[in-house]
Amino acid sequence: MNKNIVLCGVGGQGTVLASRLIAAAAMEKGLKVMSAETIGMAQRGGNVFSNLRIGENLKAPLLSSGQADLILGFEPGETVRMLHYLKKDGIVVTNTRAVKPTTATLTGSDYDGSDMVAYLKKQISPERLFLVDGEQALRDLGSPRVLNVVLLGAAVRTGVLGLKAEDIEKVMESMIRPQFLELNRKAFLFFNHNHLGFYRYAAIFS
Amino acid sequence: MHREFLMGNAAIAMGALAAGVELTSGYPGTPSTETLETIAKNRGPDTYVEWSVNEKAAMEVAAGAAYAGARTLVTMKQVGLNVASDPLMSLEYVGIKGGMVVLVADDPGPISSQTEQDTRHYASFSKLPCFDPTSVQEAYEMIQEAFDFSERYGTPVFFRPTTRICHAYASIDVLDPDQYRKHRAEGFVKDSRRWVIFPRLSYAAHQKIEKRNAELKDVFSEYGRNEIFPARGDAEAGPVRRGIAAGGISCALVRDILEEKETAPTLLKVATPYPFPERLALQFLEGLDEVLCIEELDPVIEEELIQITGKYQLSVRILGRLSEDTQVAGENTPDRVRGYLDHFMGREREALPDRGEIPAPPVRPPVLCAGCPHRSSFYAVKKAMKGKKTIFCGDIGCYTLGNAMPLDMVDTCLCMGAGIGIAQGVYRMEPDTTAFAFVGDSTFFASAITGIINAVYNQAELTVVILDNSTTAMTGHQPHPGTGKTMMGDVAAAVDIAAILRGIGLTFVETVDPMKLDQAVDAVKRAAAEKGVKAIIFKSPCAAIIKPGKPLEIDPEKCIGCRKCIKEIGCPGIVLENGKVCIDPAQCAGCGFCAQLCPAGAIGGGRDE
Repeated sequence: MNKNIVLCGVGGQGTVLASRLIAAAAMEKGLKVMSAETIGMAQRGGNVFSNLRIGENLKAPLLSSGQADLILGFEPGETVRMLHYLKKDGIVVTNTRAVKPTTATLTGSDYDGSDMVAYLKKQISPERLFLVDGEQALRDLGSPRVLNVVLLGAAVRTGVLGLKAEDIEKVMESMIRPQFLELNRKAFLFFNHNHLGFYRYAAIFS
Repeated sequence: MHREFLMGNAAIAMGALAAGVELTSGYPGTPSTETLETIAKNRGPDTYVEWSVNEKAAMEVAAGAAYAGARTLVTMKQVGLNVASDPLMSLEYVGIKGGMVVLVADDPGPISSQTEQDTRHYASFSKLPCFDPTSVQEAYEMIQEAFDFSERYGTPVFFRPTTRICHAYASIDVLDPDQYRKHRAEGFVKDSRRWVIFPRLSYAAHQKIEKRNAELKDVFSEYGRNEIFPARGDAEAGPVRRGIAAGGISCALVRDILEEKETAPTLLKVATPYPFPERLALQFLEGLDEVLCIEELDPVIEEELIQITGKYQLSVRILGRLSEDTQVAGENTPDRVRGYLDHFMGREREALPDRGEIPAPPVRPPVLCAGCPHRSSFYAVKKAMKGKKTIFCGDIGCYTLGNAMPLDMVDTCLCMGAGIGIAQGVYRMEPDTTAFAFVGDSTFFASAITGIINAVYNQAELTVVILDNSTTAMTGHQPHPGTGKTMMGDVAAAVDIAAILRGIGLTFVETVDPMKLDQAVDAVKRAAAEKGVKAIIFKSPCAAIIKPGKPLEIDPEKCIGCRKCIKEIGCPGIVLENGKVCIDPAQCAGCGFCAQLCPAGAIGGGRDE
């Protein structure tokens, strides 16, 4: 069974590591993986995305509109930008906190992501939309650097990836530097250890 | 054999190592850069690797090693090939002994390039065989075969991936190091009739090359990567029999999409666009009425098929760019390819979920980083020259982003090193304009020096501003001659930019820290007032390679809300929160530059405290 995933966010948010962790976990299970990443100048404050595909008989790493089983969004506006990739019954896991464009101050833009979240709530049925208050989670975890694994943890919990938390934890050991491993593990399991928290942060709207 | 998750460029590098590459040279350029870096990281003691000063130097170094019988790889992006084209065009006439692969990464879109030029045209122009991979796995295997072909036929060969191959990742099967081919160069064997190009030699070589390439059309027709995929289902049942021809990532996209359907037309996959596998194409065309060509950049496959239908008087309609069935510019996204296929097959696109009215997400143009010394350099020149008639010629690198508001300090940008010459041309027509040319340190070494000599020799009035951030920042921080480091990990004598300029004959050469605003402005004013060719070297390391300082702070008591810091320098570290000017501590690099222009002295903290 093929899985098509879109990860999206803003340069510097760590989308590439999240994409690599999923890929490595899938490979451990003997599955084939392909991905396409944004690399280069766009990483400097620009919008970045990964297309990640798991399964047999894949030919190309890129996705067409309407093919993604999951959109894992690191920023609400970027989630909306990539929403056309989502298939009819696909799942969206997104951070609700906006990253203002670096030019916002200059252009006087008042973007704060709230329109984007409102749109997502209107468009995606509640059982398929997982809203994560990334800022709150990071504050509780005491590190600004682990948004990617917090969101990945939420995505794995939805079950859409066909991967278990243990699958990701196993590959984290070899892919994350030892001094950051404990923090990342804690962040990844954030919603497991905060059962109530899962509802607090990843509110399921009905 | 084992499986690894590799970036396309890394897969190409590992393939080259498996093929026993002994020397790799190149110049950084997106999307090609990671290939050489991966070789440097994974090479054995017998493999030499260098970032050359530019693509021409890289091509010549690789050619020399291949003369000596080594397997060599030279890497660059497509516009880099323009720089290396002089040695390349002659090299084909001379030939090589060890396998030599010229890796040129094309960039449909373009995503990070000046042009959408197509290296497949360079292949036919220079008469070099060209390999065009369709996937990461294929790139890994194909580069090994490219070395074999090169050696067997005594010619350099092109290997031409595009961005979506270079920067894709895939879990691929790769050889273990003990399975790598060992290749040892026998050394250079003197033979002036072979290695010295002369008109008489070239005449004979030209005939030989054409004969060989005619032969290669047949050889490539047998090459397994050029392939005909038969039609499936009832695709051939209708009155019109259709086929598709494609190459590169477009071919992979076509195969992916055709896979979804019960029926699919026959597909010709072209892995060697030059010399074109003519016999295989004839076999493909037989019995078809219409063929749609799906490829990026130029219509190379399409023109070849049209030639073949003309030559053999076939009544097949060849569709694509020339028939306006496919688009002229930009990349073939899966959606675009899907549209071409649906239209060609007379199918309706399956309906996408209705997403209502989608709010516009914010635009995020790339900007100079917080703490970037280029911002300070541009600002100093802008301030010093306020109210004067000026032209600011820019160049290729991060500093091209100096064109963005509010700096707006790049009036022209053409190609590597061009700003120096453009500024001289404008000055000739407008002698009352104070001409500035901005050039980065890596670009200075790559291709600005001759332009500066030209200015000195022809007595131009020009201020050259060298933005020396001690690295090749745009492509991911590669070392260059001024850094004193090589790709072999050695410490080399750093080439001194100021000494070069003085050696050329410049008398005004001043090195200034652009982060010190008053000194920087003063230096620009004095340089502009001097006659002749002058240079300022703004020296301050790239903000991305040094440890950030403590974030600055704005004292709300002192801030008068004039927003000068926002309106004049546009640093992403300065933000508005509820109408108040604040420093974003997550962005601020603590460079302290903005503190120097605050009229109220409200900004404090940072690196120096």
